[in-house]
Amino acid sequence: MKIRLLLAALALGTSSIASAQTSLLNVSYDVAREFYKEYNPAFVAHYKKTTGKDVKIDQSHAGSSAQARAVNDGLAADVVTMNTTTDVQFLADNGVVAKDWQTKFPNDASPTTSTMLFMVRSGNPKGIKDWSDLIKPDVKVIVVNPKTGGNGRYAYLAAWGSVREKGGTDAEAADFVAKLYKNVPILAKGGRDATATFVQRGIGDVLITFESEVVSIEREFGKGKIDAVYPSVSITAENPVAVVERTVAKKGTAELAKAYLDYLYSDEAQEIAARHAVRPRSEKVLARHADVFKPIKQFTVAKYFGSLTEAQKVHFNDGGQFDKLYTPGK
Amino acid sequence: MAQAIAAPAQVARPAKRASRRVLPGFGLTLGYTLFYLSVIVLIPLSALVFSSFTLTWEQFWTAVASPRVLASYRLTFGASFLAASVNLFFGLLIAWVLVRYRFPGKRIVDALVDLPFALPTAVAGIALTSLLAGNGWIGSLLEPLGIQLAFKPAGIVVALIFISLPFVVRTVQPVLEDAERELEEAATSLGATRWQVFTKVLLPSITPALLTGFAMAFARAVGEYGSVIFIAGNMPMVSEITPLIIIGKLEQYDTAGATAVAVVMLVISFVLLLLINALQTWQRRRAGASS
Repeated sequence: MKIRLLLAALALGTSSIASAQTSLLNVSYDVAREFYKEYNPAFVAHYKKTTGKDVKIDQSHAGSSAQARAVNDGLAADVVTMNTTTDVQFLADNGVVAKDWQTKFPNDASPTTSTMLFMVRSGNPKGIKDWSDLIKPDVKVIVVNPKTGGNGRYAYLAAWGSVREKGGTDAEAADFVAKLYKNVPILAKGGRDATATFVQRGIGDVLITFESEVVSIEREFGKGKIDAVYPSVSITAENPVAVVERTVAKKGTAELAKAYLDYLYSDEAQEIAARHAVRPRSEKVLARHADVFKPIKQFTVAKYFGSLTEAQKVHFNDGGQFDKLYTPGK
Repeated sequence: MAQAIAAPAQVARPAKRASRRVLPGFGLTLGYTLFYLSVIVLIPLSALVFSSFTLTWEQFWTAVASPRVLASYRLTFGASFLAASVNLFFGLLIAWVLVRYRFPGKRIVDALVDLPFALPTAVAGIALTSLLAGNGWIGSLLEPLGIQLAFKPAGIVVALIFISLPFVVRTVQPVLEDAERELEEAATSLGATRWQVFTKVLLPSITPALLTGFAMAFARAVGEYGSVIFIAGNMPMVSEITPLIIIGKLEQYDTAGATAVAVVMLVISFVLLLLINALQTWQRRRAGASS
């Protein structure tokens, strides 16, 4: 009896090892859930066609940097697909992903991007057209806390960079950003929290958020209630991907993991991305969805801030620029 | 009553036979208790303390004593104290009604009290925020009067009152049920007014339970995160609670800084709970002496 139980346990154990070799865990951020739900079956079909092997893709979603911490602490992800390069860089610094992860895939290892746009009340009653309108005294801006969300960090950097793009100095940019955050009545914790505050609770005149979020708000709540505003210039927010070397070495899934991420650059995957409102890298697919992704002049994080990791140190860590500029209640 | 309890102890004392206890296995159970407590409580908490050891004393100090963090302690402990105080009164009221009166739907009311226990706190936060925000049912009535609850420290207090209510009710209720009616009847027959009966007879016997309930409600409120972040507005220096500071530090991959703040919260909470426990023991002894 006992032996049979042991055998059964053993069989169960080995079968889970066998299936572990052909399954892949993609650890990702919150809002990418819908995209990967559609991407995974497409990839499984593609992989079956090209190699004849069956694979199973598991996905895990939560806040981007919480996910990065989980992977660092031992969550056995084969690949990570994040929304800020800092999160992948953190894993690279700890030897979990390759040091040169940004060169392993095209376009700095980010198959898709997004940018920061404005969302205003229907008809744009406050006449908000560009960044400079956000510091008018009667405008209330809803934005994510840069300390708790990547969305907030990009909004801050976009505002800063908008001044530099017009030829302003860093001092002028700091001054502008300080004025902007004076108009912020509530710091949302994350992107969806900000959306709920602006759309459902009706607070604020303008919401700064990712383009992908703007498009999904329009789809969710209808175009009539709120309008998207494209400022004259905005930032490129990359969605980086990387193979988790630590896990694939152990599980022997390196080839599968690479194939999974490579396929993100295929026309089919780029098309799915476009449907989920993240900007595809493929010019062809982008052109096909020109009605959704209106052309907007963009600058990269690298242009003014070196990298997100450096921006984090200078601007967002405790005692950094953001803390200096922003002290409400005083 | 005090004499009745004291009597058997006095009987037992002369028969002190090599300090043998009535029930066997004290050593074993104590050993197991300490082991279990260590595994579940002490080891995780010491891990927290140890991971803050990577900081130098100065780094530790800047992490835990910057103005923004100090403001968050004030808010967290202040709002929790306020919420627990409000519940001290209204929790007693609810317990009183549930114990002393019969009315239709009483069981439903009784079950409703436990709801904040079971509800995911994020649900509470979202519900309260949509209720109290400027376009919510209650918020839209209050805001024309110039009262703004959501996204202000007041909103935090409301959320904390909501989530900590059951603690007072559920600790006071059984004690109130056990309170002997005969004592109250005796007091009344001796000419005490109803107020006197309440303050001189009933209140002393339920005070320890009230204090326990208060302590638990307070402790619960201090640790609350889910419901508060939705309603707080999360403005630094104004409506940012300490757990949010900790999350913020983790988002910056500043694990050591986050644990440093966590350790401070741990110490403050523990000292406060210890104080309240001591107060309770003192209260119980005093109540025992007077009766």
